[in-house]
Amino acid sequence: MEHEFQPTPIKHKYFTPSVIFISVIALIGLVFLALRFIFGLGFVTNLNQYFPWGIWIGLDVATGVALAAGGFTTAALGHIWHRDKYEVLIRPALLTAMLGYTFVALSVVTDIGRWYYVWHPLVMWNGNSALFEVGICVMVYLSVLYIEFLPIVTERFIGRVNLPGILSGLNKIVDSILRFLDRTLNKFMFVFIIAGVVLSCLHQSSLGTLMIIAGEKMHPLWQTPVLPLLFLLSAFSVGFPMVIMESLTSSKSFGLKPEKDVLTSLSRFVGPILGIYLAAKIGDMFIRESFVYLTELTLPSIMFTIEIVLGVIIPLRMFLSASVRQSTTGLYIASMLVIFGVVFNRFNNYIIAYNPPYTETSYFPSIGEISVTIGFVALEILVYRAFVMIFPIISLPVKSALRKTKYAIKGA
Amino acid sequence: MGELNRRNFLKTLGVVGATVSGIPAKKLLAQSKSELFEDRMGVLVDTTVCIGCRRCEWACKTAHDIPAGDLESYDDESVFEKMRRPANESYTVVNRYENLSNPKSPLNVKVQCMHCDHPACVSACIVGAFSKKESGAVVWDGSMCIGCRYCMVACPFQVPTFEYEKAIQPNINKCDFCIERTKGGLLPACVEICPVEAITYGKRRNLIETAEKRIELYPDRYINKIYGFTEVGGTSWMYLANREFNELDFPKLGDKPAPGVSESIQHGIFAYFVPPIALYALLGGIMWVSKNKDSKEEGK
Ligand code: SF4
Ligand code: SF4
Ligand code: SF4
Repeated sequence: MEHEFQPTPIKHKYFTPSVIFISVIALIGLVFLALRFIFGLGFVTNLNQYFPWGIWIGLDVATGVALAAGGFTTAALGHIWHRDKYEVLIRPALLTAMLGYTFVALSVVTDIGRWYYVWHPLVMWNGNSALFEVGICVMVYLSVLYIEFLPIVTERFIGRVNLPGILSGLNKIVDSILRFLDRTLNKFMFVFIIAGVVLSCLHQSSLGTLMIIAGEKMHPLWQTPVLPLLFLLSAFSVGFPMVIMESLTSSKSFGLKPEKDVLTSLSRFVGPILGIYLAAKIGDMFIRESFVYLTELTLPSIMFTIEIVLGVIIPLRMFLSASVRQSTTGLYIASMLVIFGVVFNRFNNYIIAYNPPYTETSYFPSIGEISVTIGFVALEILVYRAFVMIFPIISLPVKSALRKTKYAIKGA
Repeated sequence: MGELNRRNFLKTLGVVGATVSGIPAKKLLAQSKSELFEDRMGVLVDTTVCIGCRRCEWACKTAHDIPAGDLESYDDESVFEKMRRPANESYTVVNRYENLSNPKSPLNVKVQCMHCDHPACVSACIVGAFSKKESGAVVWDGSMCIGCRYCMVACPFQVPTFEYEKAIQPNINKCDFCIERTKGGLLPACVEICPVEAITYGKRRNLIETAEKRIELYPDRYINKIYGFTEVGGTSWMYLANREFNELDFPKLGDKPAPGVSESIQHGIFAYFVPPIALYALLGGIMWVSKNKDSKEEGK
């Protein structure tokens, strides 16, 4: 029965060979990150006067935000539509969103030239700027995510505050603060949950508005006034696949049995959403008659075709098939394809489609840029692992129900 | 209608912003006015008159405290072999093109920020560091800029440049229409130094008349087009030439202001905060209904 499962901190060894490998990658990224702050953007990146935005904006920020969509989509399904069955997925998705947006914010700080002015948009408002909207929404949503996470912190530490050494005098006070938070938050949490969904819809779509102002500089295959809608729909469609992929990955990594029933039933939603996205995308292409560009063999036409076929059409077909939804491998592959498709889409919109006048060479990310990007992903995985071991995120069977349920902990 | 909405939106936003940030609302409302000033200034560049002496490049640097070198070194014509673009240390550059009808006097094209009437950079800048002044000048305020480089993504003429090599206080650079000089009644440095009056400073509407007259009087000397008259909704700097402008590396642009589409989408999504609030209410309703349904089912 569902409620016999309870989010529990995972007991497991932190360092395994693959975790050590990931740590090394994270470290390399941090070295390049330090170089960027000491010697300036030009020292580490291949950005120039024609290509002001590279993968730190196109991948780390734009894709990061899209892939964190699991947070608000699951919150909407579980909390707003009250599908309790999906309760077990909300906490991992919330954590991913929280960490995802934190790293988005870090990437912004890394990319902007005057990072110490990152707070300026809070007091200097330009309501005409799509970037301003994205910036404000992301900042507010990030705070909302931390608030939504607070109950998990209180749950973990109420009655268990045990500060070391001289700090132990504070134990009582901290505990009562936690208890107070727990009581008040409970009453108001619905305000933040709805706000989180609204904010997400707003900035997910505004992320699409961002490139519209580039006008003729953007390839017609992607430049369209409905970009905000396309971005919103693609964020919707990648939300659940991200949750599925993560759930399968972490159960594998911790040696747990995958929550297949829940995931299979969640995966029913993906096909129809992908279908709506595909329809919008193709409809737009026919209204603007941009399909003519697909008849020539160019980098944009190839990239566009890959994005649509591999990233939308094939996974759409897979998610519509019952046997794929029943199989762990099928689910995993189909989800990965959707994720790949959205990553590709953001990359195409921000990097491939952008073709400014007067360029001599095209932009290709430097080793440093790539290392920082991969390093951030690695770091995020490491923090995620630490969090699920400290906080009750992943649902495990409570002891009494351990007997012969679908969950079993192997090893540790 | 759209224009009106936009102003109202800005006002609402300004007032909300003011309450949040504690700035007096009056001040913000005054700032949000950005109507085009009837008497705004401009420059007419006649590429058929320009002799490519590059004195303007030197004067521009000198006026902006950029190391400029001796004036004589600018006589070196080898720089014309490669097309150059405005850069951090040169807000204006002159490029040379062949004059098809008169090969002996080539076309020399001075390039700098166009000071658009509806500037994409102003619309795009996340913190409003760019602004369009009454004089027509589009200027950048370094004390606000966060260095996000969205202005560079937005500018249809690819003008603003960024100091990538600086780790602290990198600037966005571009021609500022010599705002400090013109405030004091001086001519822009480049205009003042030009020995052949290839660049004329004046009220934009007068310059358009001048340009039209020249085309009418010398139909052989010019093609019938004033570049910048209507491009992206009009620019303060305008050009005459006797070759098609795209052959002179001017981007081919429509007549619609560059920020038009994105601003109307942006304001559509946000119109008086109605759509977000409506969505909030809708989701709240769904939450309430589904919760009640749940508890009823449980009660059964
Ligand atoms: S040319 Fe570019 S930088 Fe200059 S005003 Fe127009 S949009 Fe702004
Ligand atoms: S780089 Fe500076 S001036 Fe340009 S858009 Fe960003 S904040 Fe505005
Ligand atoms: S107007 Fe002033 S800043 Fe602009 S190009 Fe001329 S001299 Fe340089």
